[in-house]
Amino acid sequence: MTPIVDLDGVTFAYGDTVAVSDVSLTVDEGDFLGLVGPNGSGKTTLLHLMLGLHEPDEGSVELFGRPVDEFDDGGRIGYVSQKATSRGGAMPVTVRECVTMGRFAHAGRGRLSEDDREAVADAIETVGIGELAGRLVSELSGGQKQRAYIARALASDADLLALDEPTVGVDAESRDAFYALLDELNDEGITIILIEHDIGVVTDRANRIACINTELYHHGDTESFVESDALAEAYGSTGQVVHHHH
Amino acid sequence: MSGETPADGGHRTRPDRGLRRTVELVGIGITALVAVVMLGFVALYWAQDLPVASELYGAFRSLGRGMDAAFGTNVFRHPIMWQSMATGVLVGVVAPLVGSFLVHREMALIGETLAHTAFAGVAIGILVTSATGWNGSLLLVALVVGILGALVVQWLTERTDAYGDVPIAIMLSGSFAVGTLIISYGDGLTGVNIRGYLFGNLAVVTPQGARLMGALSLLVVAGVALTYKQLLFITFDEQAARVAQLNVTGYNTLLVVLTAVVVVGAMQVLGVILVAAMLVVPVAAASQIARSFRETMYLGVIFGQLSVIGGFAVSIGLGLPSGGSIVVTAIAVYLASIVGSGFSVKAISAHG
Repeated sequence: MTPIVDLDGVTFAYGDTVAVSDVSLTVDEGDFLGLVGPNGSGKTTLLHLMLGLHEPDEGSVELFGRPVDEFDDGGRIGYVSQKATSRGGAMPVTVRECVTMGRFAHAGRGRLSEDDREAVADAIETVGIGELAGRLVSELSGGQKQRAYIARALASDADLLALDEPTVGVDAESRDAFYALLDELNDEGITIILIEHDIGVVTDRANRIACINTELYHHGDTESFVESDALAEAYGSTGQVVHHHH
Repeated sequence: MSGETPADGGHRTRPDRGLRRTVELVGIGITALVAVVMLGFVALYWAQDLPVASELYGAFRSLGRGMDAAFGTNVFRHPIMWQSMATGVLVGVVAPLVGSFLVHREMALIGETLAHTAFAGVAIGILVTSATGWNGSLLLVALVVGILGALVVQWLTERTDAYGDVPIAIMLSGSFAVGTLIISYGDGLTGVNIRGYLFGNLAVVTPQGARLMGALSLLVVAGVALTYKQLLFITFDEQAARVAQLNVTGYNTLLVVLTAVVVVGAMQVLGVILVAAMLVVPVAAASQIARSFRETMYLGVIFGQLSVIGGFAVSIGLGLPSGGSIVVTAIAVYLASIVGSGFSVKAISAHG
């Protein structure tokens, strides 16, 4: 089976600062990969490398079995960036308009079809924000915004969801509901890559863990991660481990 | 859009929304009609020596005389005033159209920069005009310089963080400085009214200028209509658009070039110093009260049109420069929209 994401010896530096060093890992279909590491450990950079937002200095990245710079089926990936969720701007965009963007990769330059509109309506229902469809995204709470972005990814029929710290600024109750939704989607076969600073959440949900601090300290199933010293090694003296129990 | 959910959870009830939508569509319809009439005038003026067109043009002129008689003015009988009004009305349509994306990309300063680049273009145009004696070249040169400036701005922003405003600010004042040097070098070469280009003047608009604005408007409207989805996605969430394999750099370049095109066209009636206001102020007003992005564009165009027509009325009635009159009217509309939205000033440029 072709892995969804395949990194081989990937290194990336911002100028002289190495952010990611010699990381090799694969994400298989149906995986729920938790990407953990201290602040500034290169988690977001690694995710950007996987998605082709950065070009590696060394090594290779494949998405769905194709070199990432040749990959062109944007509809297969749903991406929720850190910035998207903390965005405070007042651009008046409704939930429906936001979710409809998920269809743009499919529609190309053409007009949206009835199928596109149906996919949008279905996605909005799936994440349970049907009654908010006409509201502005900027007026939603953090948890509702998250759902809108997930709906956008679902509307695009994504097989891969990439989420960068999606629950920053979201209250505990909505956060639990949000992760339950991710579980459901994962059970339906959608591959998930999740960056999360709260280790407890990740070990509760993910079946695979990649722990990085510039280098990869652990990559494997969650049980072996919990039993290993990777966490302590990766965090070392650089920061405090966030660990809430749920 | 069909299938609105009745329970929108907001403070507006459904009939209210329906009425709102009707009013907007009527506003857009009237604006489109006025724009088409104005384009028609520009085309008829151009073709006035042809058989059918000459009769229609004659009808237009007598309509103008009739309007003057009705209003007790000495305005509508002059073709040059129609040229100016046509240019203004088209600016009122295309500036907010492009501005809707520009404002929400936090690129308002770029409109200002491109206006100043276009001023350098006018200065170079004056030199070219005096050298070649061809009067139509001035705005064309400004357009070419403006588009080149747009590409430089795009190149700079691709290489600096978050539309780093220092290089942009340097370019803003730098191109203006170059413009002033060229103008004083070429002083006395032509009788071109530089004040008109600085502050906007109805009398600056030439038939060629109006025709250029007509062509550019069609280009801008078509450009935005064809790339609306992509521009919206990139404006709302650039990284996600990149992941969805949209050509973000390409669409950014398109947006900046369209901005330069609008700026050069609008410069004639608004003036270099004030032209960016038309990209920003109607959109800011629309964003105060809009309930969707599509509505922002509709309201932006309607507010833009109100500003232009109101500004013309002030300008003609009191004999004031058109640029200032239009911008002050636009700001009055903006203030009214703040009042209308219950005094909640939205921070559109909330960096971060």
